Amino acid sequence: MVYLTRKAEFSASHYYHNPEFTPEENRRVFGKCNNPNGHGHNYTLEVTVKGEIDRRCGFVVDLKQLKDLMNREILDAMDHRFLNKEVPEFSTRIPTTENLAIAIWQRLERKLQAAQLHRVRVYETPDLYADYYGEA
Amino acid sequence: MSAEENQRTYGKCNNPHGHGHNYTLAVTVSGQVDEPTGMVCNLADLDAFVHENIVGKFDHENLNTLGQFAQSVPTTENLCVAIYDILQRGFTKAHLEKVRLDETMMNSFEYAGEEGISVIR
Repeated sequence: MVYLTRKAEFSASHYYHNPEFTPEENRRVFGKCNNPNGHGHNYTLEVTVKGEIDRRCGFVVDLKQLKDLMNREILDAMDHRFLNKEVPEFSTRIPTTENLAIAIWQRLERKLQAAQLHRVRVYETPDLYADYYGEA
Repeated sequence: MSAEENQRTYGKCNNPHGHGHNYTLAVTVSGQVDEPTGMVCNLADLDAFVHENIVGKFDHENLNTLGQFAQSVPTTENLCVAIYDILQRGFTKAHLEKVRLDETMMNSFEYAGEEGISVIR
């Protein structure tokens, strides 16, 4: 089994707010991240897939196909967007790094054919990232 | 494969004149800490082995001309496995966990042997 990781970068804004919390609770739990005008990050995304090497071509998966899939499913939807307002998943979920990793996994898993998705890692900053390995 | 199939599968990578990469190799070994030295293994030993048996073999070479790749395509996947095999056979001072190769800033590959699935996290 060989594990292959493809990176991509995108910039997006978001804010953290739970409509079931009081304003005071939102401010206490989320602090500066509760600013409704939003704030931005340069995210780094790492998508790791796994599989056996195809003996004919020497690939686990065609990297160009994986790159195109990531562009179509993730970057086109999220790059230079306000996540809370423009990405459907985040109309009902708070766009934390954790939820972003899960949403990205769910988008890719539906469309990935040639290899198995192993891990999605999202860096919100160079010091902070979330890993998601799916439910299994 | 036919010429068309090669072109379709490999795109620019099918250029017969070749192309180069600056690969970054990371070798992960594991073991108990040896009390007298405080080390899992002496990194100087690992460095020396890698320099002689991996870097010495592959650096500044045209991979397609090497015996290692007479029967397989020198994709980074296959290079990863080849490097793992060299280490597994020859480096005995610690347990080999996995090999990681960064082909570019955006593409990396890891191999932990046939049974090493649990260490890739």
